[in-house]
Amino acid sequence: MSQNTAKVLDHFDLFRQPEYVEMLDNKKTCFEGGRPDDEVFKIADWTRTMEYREKNFAREALVVNPAKACQPLGAIFAALGFEKTLPFVHGSQGCVAYFRSHFSRHFKEPTSAVSSSMTEDAAVFGGLNNMVDGLANSYSLYKPKMIAVSTTCMAEVIGDDLDSFIRTSKQKGSIPEEFDVPFAHTPSFVGSHITGYDNMMKGILTHFWEGKERQDNGKINFVGGFDGYTVGNMREIKRIFDTMGVDATILGDNSDVWDTPTSGEFAMYDGGTTLESAADALNAKGTIFMQDFGTEKTRDYVKSKGQEVVSFNHPVGVAGTDEFLMAISKLSGKDIPAELEKERGRLVDAIADSQAHIHGKKFAIYGDPSMVMGLASFLMELGAEPVHVLATNGSKDWQAKMQALLDASPFGQGCKAWGGKDLWHMRSLLATEPVDFVIGNTYGKYLERDIGTPLIRIGFPIMDRHHHHRYPVWGYQGSLNVLVKILDKIFDEMDKTTNIPGKTDYSYDIIR
Amino acid sequence: MSTDVKTRNQELIQEVLSAYPEKSAKKRAKHLNVYEEGKPDCGVKSNIKSLPGVMTVRGCAYAGSKGVVWGPIKDMVHISHGPVGCGQYSWASRRNYFIGVTGVNAFGTMQFTSDFQEKDIVFGGDKKLDKVMDEIEALFPLNNGISVQSECPIGLIGDDIEAVSKKKAKQIDKTIVPVRCEGFRGVSQSLGHHIANDAVRDFVLDKVDGKASEFVSTPYDVAIIGDYNIGGDAWSSRILLEEMGLRVIAQWSGDGTLKEMEATPKAKLNLIHCYRSMNYICRHMEEKFGIPWHEYNFFGPTKIAESLRAIAALFDDTIKEGAERVIARYQPLVDEVVAKFKPRLEGKTVMLYVGGLRPRHVVGAYEDLGMEIAGTGYEFGHGDDYQRTTHYVKDGTLIYDDVTEFELEKFVEAVKPDLVGSGIKEKYVFQKMGLPFRQMHSWDYSGPYHGYDGFAIFARDMDMAISSPVWGMTKAPWKK
Repeated sequence: MSQNTAKVLDHFDLFRQPEYVEMLDNKKTCFEGGRPDDEVFKIADWTRTMEYREKNFAREALVVNPAKACQPLGAIFAALGFEKTLPFVHGSQGCVAYFRSHFSRHFKEPTSAVSSSMTEDAAVFGGLNNMVDGLANSYSLYKPKMIAVSTTCMAEVIGDDLDSFIRTSKQKGSIPEEFDVPFAHTPSFVGSHITGYDNMMKGILTHFWEGKERQDNGKINFVGGFDGYTVGNMREIKRIFDTMGVDATILGDNSDVWDTPTSGEFAMYDGGTTLESAADALNAKGTIFMQDFGTEKTRDYVKSKGQEVVSFNHPVGVAGTDEFLMAISKLSGKDIPAELEKERGRLVDAIADSQAHIHGKKFAIYGDPSMVMGLASFLMELGAEPVHVLATNGSKDWQAKMQALLDASPFGQGCKAWGGKDLWHMRSLLATEPVDFVIGNTYGKYLERDIGTPLIRIGFPIMDRHHHHRYPVWGYQGSLNVLVKILDKIFDEMDKTTNIPGKTDYSYDIIR
Repeated sequence: MSTDVKTRNQELIQEVLSAYPEKSAKKRAKHLNVYEEGKPDCGVKSNIKSLPGVMTVRGCAYAGSKGVVWGPIKDMVHISHGPVGCGQYSWASRRNYFIGVTGVNAFGTMQFTSDFQEKDIVFGGDKKLDKVMDEIEALFPLNNGISVQSECPIGLIGDDIEAVSKKKAKQIDKTIVPVRCEGFRGVSQSLGHHIANDAVRDFVLDKVDGKASEFVSTPYDVAIIGDYNIGGDAWSSRILLEEMGLRVIAQWSGDGTLKEMEATPKAKLNLIHCYRSMNYICRHMEEKFGIPWHEYNFFGPTKIAESLRAIAALFDDTIKEGAERVIARYQPLVDEVVAKFKPRLEGKTVMLYVGGLRPRHVVGAYEDLGMEIAGTGYEFGHGDDYQRTTHYVKDGTLIYDDVTEFELEKFVEAVKPDLVGSGIKEKYVFQKMGLPFRQMHSWDYSGPYHGYDGFAIFARDMDMAISSPVWGMTKAPWKK
């Protein structure tokens, strides 16, 4: 017995104690029916070969470890960005339990959303009653200012019509006639979480803008897209607008929603774009989209209302941020102030200080399509090579644009964009065409373990590290954060591979 | 509990009900009660549809099957059959620890999905499923079988996963298990457990029945049923059973394998921890193979000792002596843990809201540390769970079935417990209120909590939560 109270052994150490090691060995040998170790290791080695890679890439039906989620997750993300808005997902209830858990595991924050809890009878007769009763319950209990309705695949397969259901619910008095209930159909079998964000954002704008006359008020709107760094990013973006003196409206501002203080009271609603400014956003001069892939429908809708539209792919780095600021300047007519130019200079300064450690390093990146584009551009700006750039939810169009971006840079030569591939594909890529580092979300730790490629955690979800979402990755300041994340890992790896006394005392430098 | 507390709890229930529309208040009233000692159950209705729009904590049948029963079987590939989301959100999040070479002979922390697209909905997904299985076989040759975990659309579009599974099982000569656990079935995870149990019966146990096996039995063979090895729970349980002289021939399903499931009909006794999720298969094995089953509780030393003795009573004197030996062996550890932590935790109150067995099973462990349960409830319990709960709770305990986030928040605000034990969706709500909290599904990334070794960790964790200096910082000093 090894357990004791002086230093309580938990799962990290307990099961490495001899009594457990023996017990588990015995379980394996006597009861599990597995293959001999040498056969297992032989197959394990085979999974890292080119032969295996070819088989792996020949997959047509099976998806293994995808880097994407489904539409309603994105719909909830978009909806929560508005003042006192309760996301209401029409369909099976388990989905909402999953969405809430998923966000809470990333942000370490509560996430409020409800379901219409449809079951077998609703599958047969439709979910109208669930909608009617559900809206009434939500309205009474949670006193929202707006309820934003999306769907699960169940409601989509049986063909429930949100528009008519919401109308009927209002007629039946479950919520007041004038109460705001924007909606979006968000089938899980189409697109991914970023598609759901787009559909819900468009749904909300449509709800407030349709049938209204636009009168240009010279303001600017900003749409961030589905973004795991929304807390840090939105605050940074607002600071940039303030610094430039630009009158801007953030459409879908989740920064306070997923960053409420521990003050002794739970605030179910905090922050978010006010409904008045969401409605007034129709009159803006133009709208800036930070992630073109994943806001296409909203972008086209905004354009159709006569606004100017500028769309980016998650700009990170000097050139990306330069373009972003110049676009704001052009739209608003405001100059880029010296303060921001100074920040730019500091970022360039930091890159100059550190570039020797990054130049020529090879990277693999995966994540949402716009985000990986922005990160790949930044890497090339640092003189690094983004060898494998993968987006499970990247379309053919994305792949072509991503490839063009790589081909246009001397640092992108021999680099490849992979749209629609998953992390089991990535595993083969890393095994057969090794790189120095992989950039991705938490699930990348399996790649790090299996292949040995060190993981730099940037993306969504990050569930095994805390608080990264509080720091921006946009703007010059955000780019600096990204640079430091990358550098920290590079230096950590240098130290990890040079720390054996008597063997590698050299290179274990105190100054780098 | 005092009459004051009982009255307060009654009033509290009336207060939360008053916030609902009339029709819903009537329905919710049946799920909330104040326990009265001597009653045969907790006086609440359960296993009923959740109200729409109320923020239930519950999940779905898929979660009950893939997430709970089947997912932990480590040497099989479990396909999340349908759109990408369900498998993504449940990917590796449940901490069913296992030992194996992931991606080679173990698959527990991987997400396999048929990733349905619109065309699969329109034209059906059977052909795709067929191909998915071929690709699994080609890329993961050491898998010992496949299960098909149905997501909502499967049952709605009329796919015949049973036919595909039958055909492929013959073709590749492995166990393939179709599971009809579409999320819209039933009212919670619970039906998913039942459906998953039935699938084990039909596609695992029925298939081995009658087959000659080289399995050599001993009189002391038992199986652990309904332990998911969260943070290693099944391991810190198994070690006690083995130390008392029993031979554990199977673990269901934490760190489990297909072969262990197949061997279970050879057990002399099935030991069930999570009654809710696996009583069905125990009853089946009792009827079909004549294997008795016994419910036990390995949370906290009082219940552990009680359980070890009750299990031993079903065997001969060697095992009875073994049980006494184990209890005596761990007594110094128990004394040490209690001596260290009880003085710090004595009299502290706890409110629980979890699923499965925990709303009652963990009560003893808290009481061993001198703590009191002020309220408890089940996410997806049935009547028999609430009957069993009466053996654990005291007069006046607040009982809430399928609680809504609104109710739970109001209850906690009024009762002001010293600790709340619930899930990830609740954790941050209560921490914002300045309340110590422990996730009692995932053990808040700690564990194991089962067994004597686990009790030491449990005690440390509860103390850590309650004694953290952070709870004294929630108010700015200039506001005090």
